[in-house]
Amino acid sequence: MADSQTIQKLERLAADCRVDILTMLEQAKSGHPGGSLSVIDILVALYFHEMKQDPQRPDWEDRDRCVLSKGHGVPAMYAVLANQGSIPKSELATLRQINSRLQGHPDRVAFPWAEASTGSLGQGLSIAQGLALGFKLAGKSSRAFCVLGDGETQEGQIWEAALSAPKFKLNNLICFTDNNNGQIDGHVDEVMDLKPLAEKWRAFRWAVHEINGHDFGEILGALDKARQEKEKPTMIIARTVKGKGVSFMENNIGWHGVAPSAEQTQKAVAEIRGGKR
Amino acid sequence: MSAKATRDSFGETLVTLGKEDPRIVVLDADLSVSTKSVLFAKAYPERFFQMGIAEANMVGTAAGLAFTGYVPFLCSFGAFVAGRYETIRVSVGYSDANVKIVGTHAGLGIGDDGYTQMGLEDVNVLRGLPGMSILQPCDHLSTVAAVRYAAKHKGAVYLRLTRQKLPAVYESESQFVFGKGTVLKEGKDLALFASGATVAEALKAADHVGGQPWVVDFHTLKPIDRDLIVRVARNSKHIVTVEDHNVVGGLGTAVAEVLAEEGFGGKLLRLGLQDKYGESGDPGALYDKYGISAAKIAEQIRAKFR
Repeated sequence: MADSQTIQKLERLAADCRVDILTMLEQAKSGHPGGSLSVIDILVALYFHEMKQDPQRPDWEDRDRCVLSKGHGVPAMYAVLANQGSIPKSELATLRQINSRLQGHPDRVAFPWAEASTGSLGQGLSIAQGLALGFKLAGKSSRAFCVLGDGETQEGQIWEAALSAPKFKLNNLICFTDNNNGQIDGHVDEVMDLKPLAEKWRAFRWAVHEINGHDFGEILGALDKARQEKEKPTMIIARTVKGKGVSFMENNIGWHGVAPSAEQTQKAVAEIRGGKR
Repeated sequence: MSAKATRDSFGETLVTLGKEDPRIVVLDADLSVSTKSVLFAKAYPERFFQMGIAEANMVGTAAGLAFTGYVPFLCSFGAFVAGRYETIRVSVGYSDANVKIVGTHAGLGIGDDGYTQMGLEDVNVLRGLPGMSILQPCDHLSTVAAVRYAAKHKGAVYLRLTRQKLPAVYESESQFVFGKGTVLKEGKDLALFASGATVAEALKAADHVGGQPWVVDFHTLKPIDRDLIVRVARNSKHIVTVEDHNVVGGLGTAVAEVLAEEGFGGKLLRLGLQDKYGESGDPGALYDKYGISAAKIAEQIRAKFR
């Protein structure tokens, strides 16, 4: 179990990242706040606690990899990278601007910290599977992490990968579903209901854990269990809140793909800074 | 050298490469017996991944393997793999993944199985992706050379192969140079450009159209050999392209683009499927019906230019 000091540290980092996400989206005047705020705690747990990586060496051969399949959540990844010193914080202001490495959706060619170019939904799990297979084949201990949006689970390719990963016994493949129940056209359970989601993954022979995706104790607990898996790939279904941390954004589908104004950003940052964290 | 299907030459060469280069891995989607990747699967089972009937996942998995330093060859029918365009576009193309996409069962040449199994728009689809190299060898030796080249090329490659046997055209592997067309007959006044299965047809047709026609094999469809097209165009009145593919977006289109940009006073005749779907039938009869058999090529040239 993670100690309270570790959890408090991660909560502080997540709050810093939330502020950076809102600030960069406000500066870019476009982007996806809802899904960036729902996924940020998962990414903070991965980058600051779980993954074997070197913030200064994106090309370190033995690193773990994180494929952000829900590419529209990339502001969260940029915020994490800035907070761990991989990129200067000042660069966040270039998000979505011409000639920037910080594309609206991740571009692994321009930006070496992006392990995969994503944004066309449904593709990331197959790539993470290929990474995990490559590590196994080479006898490496590296692991492949993947973060899916729940909406993108409607894509058929996800289920092709769901079927194949257990066949290859990829216990080094750990996937999160950012289960915020929101997508562009509405609530996931109205647009194309995924329930029962955990049962689906279990039926596909994955080790499945259902957690609160904003509770670091639960996130780290599930990751600990994933480490113990001998054969199965792990799916961690993280119940999250779209827009988490900002009262006027929480669970409001309208904040899927709209940037906050300067005034709204100020209000949101005050809430995050003044919050219980 | 007797006639041989380029898929067979591919399968054998892959086994040789597998021995030489431990980075080579192979994926197939339940067609390994047809694509001939089964030969690699038997020789190196630990480096072969049977992905089942799920091509998009195969494409993405190959990209991930490439990101860990392996050199994946993913195999299926050209029609099926090119149909996963969006996954190829993002997971391979935009991602600069060093993945070799092998599409067998090119064109009408497969015969009986009919349209849905025929790669007829595959080149058109994949040619539009920046950085995608496209190779279509025409016989055994050029296939051996093309497969060897694909393995060492840094970047995505689409390799288009035939189900049917093709007669020997090349005398040595070294005649194949990536990005360069191969002049099989030096000529004047008329030129025949072909690729893959239509090379042998064009060579035969050249003997029945009079004069001294050029015959050029464009085994590299992308990047197309611009310099050679210009050189031949300067020494020809007319140019004829012949492909077992829709004329939209394949060899004929690539040549038309160069001729239009560089200037050409003659006419271009593009033979191939005239924006049509294919059908079942005997391969020879289909080549006749769609105008890409040696006899029909010659007949159309005589009608138009003689």
